[in-house]
Amino acid sequence: MNRIDQLFKDKPGNILSLYFTAGHPALNSTTGIIKTLARAGADMVEIGIPFSDPMADGPVIQQSSDKALKNGMSLSILFRQLRDIRNEVTIPLLMMGYLNPVMQFGLDNFCRNCMETGIDGVILPDLPLDLYLEEYRETMKKYELHPVFLMSPQTDNDRIRLIDQTSGGFIYMVSSSSTTGTRDSFSPEQIGYFERINGMNLKTPRLIGFGISSRETFSMACKYARGAIIGSAFIKMLDSKGDDEASIRSFIQSIRIG
Amino acid sequence: MDFEVNPKGFYGEFGGAFIPEMLYPNVMELQRNYLNILHDAYFQQEYRKLLKDYVGRPSPLYFAPRLSGFYQTRIFLKREDLNHTGAHKINNTIGQILVAKRLGKTRIIAETGAGQHGVATATVCALMGLKCIVYMGKIDAERQAPNVLRMKMLGAEVVPVYSGNMTLKDATNEAIRDWINHPADTHYIIGSVVGPHPYPDLVTRLQAIISEEMKRQLREQTGNENPGFIIACVGGGSNAAGAFYHYLDNPEVRLIAVEAAGKGIDSGESAATMALGHPGILHGSRTMLMQTEDGQITEPYSLSAGLDYPGIGPIHSHLFKTGRAVYENATDEESLEAAFRLTRLEGIIPALESAHALAFLDKGRFKPDDVVVIILSGRGDKDMDTYIRYMEKHDM
Ligand SMILES: Cc1ncc(COP(=O)(O)O)c(C=O)c1O
Repeated sequence: MNRIDQLFKDKPGNILSLYFTAGHPALNSTTGIIKTLARAGADMVEIGIPFSDPMADGPVIQQSSDKALKNGMSLSILFRQLRDIRNEVTIPLLMMGYLNPVMQFGLDNFCRNCMETGIDGVILPDLPLDLYLEEYRETMKKYELHPVFLMSPQTDNDRIRLIDQTSGGFIYMVSSSSTTGTRDSFSPEQIGYFERINGMNLKTPRLIGFGISSRETFSMACKYARGAIIGSAFIKMLDSKGDDEASIRSFIQSIRIG
Repeated sequence: MDFEVNPKGFYGEFGGAFIPEMLYPNVMELQRNYLNILHDAYFQQEYRKLLKDYVGRPSPLYFAPRLSGFYQTRIFLKREDLNHTGAHKINNTIGQILVAKRLGKTRIIAETGAGQHGVATATVCALMGLKCIVYMGKIDAERQAPNVLRMKMLGAEVVPVYSGNMTLKDATNEAIRDWINHPADTHYIIGSVVGPHPYPDLVTRLQAIISEEMKRQLREQTGNENPGFIIACVGGGSNAAGAFYHYLDNPEVRLIAVEAAGKGIDSGESAATMALGHPGILHGSRTMLMQTEDGQITEPYSLSAGLDYPGIGPIHSHLFKTGRAVYENATDEESLEAAFRLTRLEGIIPALESAHALAFLDKGRFKPDDVVVIILSGRGDKDMDTYIRYMEKHDM
């Protein structure tokens, strides 16, 4: 069974997924961060593929992406770094990034490398759903990768049903109409949206992402979905405190609720 | 050959709408409505009336006698520089502001490079009483300072962009991010034939007024609506797309687009996308892009802010691939020289962007009775600092 499916089968709620940009803060910090996150109790990790023009990202992830590129990160280096990751890490791992670097690497080549590395799913925010269905589905299937799709507060019900049918493992539920970043709390409109989607009885589990930054926002998100994803807040922490074991552990402990 | 966009937004293999889900409703709303709006009789009436009474169209097609004498051929200038606000950009913003109003939008955003599109957007927002926010790379805001002041006087908020190279690509990223953050009330007026479907087609159709008028004007002035050559500069490619549009199915008209070679194609400081690029995905469409082997977009360079862009509209990638149009380039130096030649021979100071089209006159082979139309996409007021520096350097 795909490790993402296994996780959702085994853990009923409070699933904590972390996003960081590969190659940030240092070119070689990637595997260390993943291993430490796994040891510290993260349930899942999304490995960000840096891109020069991350149009859906706020300043924190933009800067981490710039830094990673300056450090020399590329997809071929990333796959080399991850070669032995499955010797130590058993939690689900996903790759997340924009389409262009993946296209230049070659879709088949990318997916094959993902499978050989032990990657369980792929999130490509600028890959349109209909193009995925027409041109990408077979390749991702062949290499047993879950394609994770996003939904936003503006997504209409018909399209949510389609995403529910298509998204593999889970649906990435964007918490508000915004680029990535951190927030202190959720607005009544956001809560209304969470409740509305909860009422749709979707078959695919959801994780809430964008704007989750603290135990408070995390536990609130966990009331309305199986868990949540933290990106910008984690990267900010890496910038201010570093990527050593103690900093990462205390960050995870400050968020986790079981 | 079919040069129209297909229902999914593709020109051959180029185009499409590669957008994050957060933009899907906005882009779909436009996709579903733009053709109905453009074809609506009342829209057309309003658009045409504003182009005539407010913009000052039709823009003249001027036979340039001394320039023609110099190059030993018959050169006509399509005078987009005489439009209100000084460039072709307003053809698009007039149309898009009317689209935005029909969609009930109250807040307008735009990106700008040279500032011409920013000024044209700020202008139509003042005209319609709508809030206007313009994203502009910090480098561009410095080198096109007069246009920043014009936008401010027009009541727009100009937001300097500090990411990347601080030029047009980065301003476009920031405008897209703004749109993601304001999905309900905001219309994004893209300034060229770039972006996700339907923008390339929407902007092409709004700029197509250029070739529509040319046909009539050439018939009146030469007896033949078809010129031998149409030459236009390309940044994203909107003035070129508009100038080519009504001639696409007419292969005897040779279409020539001129990109910015910056300091030279091989100098590493260039913005000549067709010469240096490969297919890729940026700003919502699949098109030719300057990029590394790893798919990172490379920073372009041109002295001309309006051409300093690493991509090109997908319609151009298709015209390039099919060979329907030819993509040439001109360096900073060649373009500056061409700008002074036009100025001294005809008394017209062109925008530095448009000067790239003029520079092709030195490279092309034209017969004495060829009719050559050059799109003079804009005027040179915004480039006076650059021109003055050139005069000082060359003791003029
Ligand atoms: C005068 C002028 N010409 C040309 C351009 C390039 O744009 P496009 O290629 O879309 O016509 C610009 C862009 O700012 C401009 O200001």
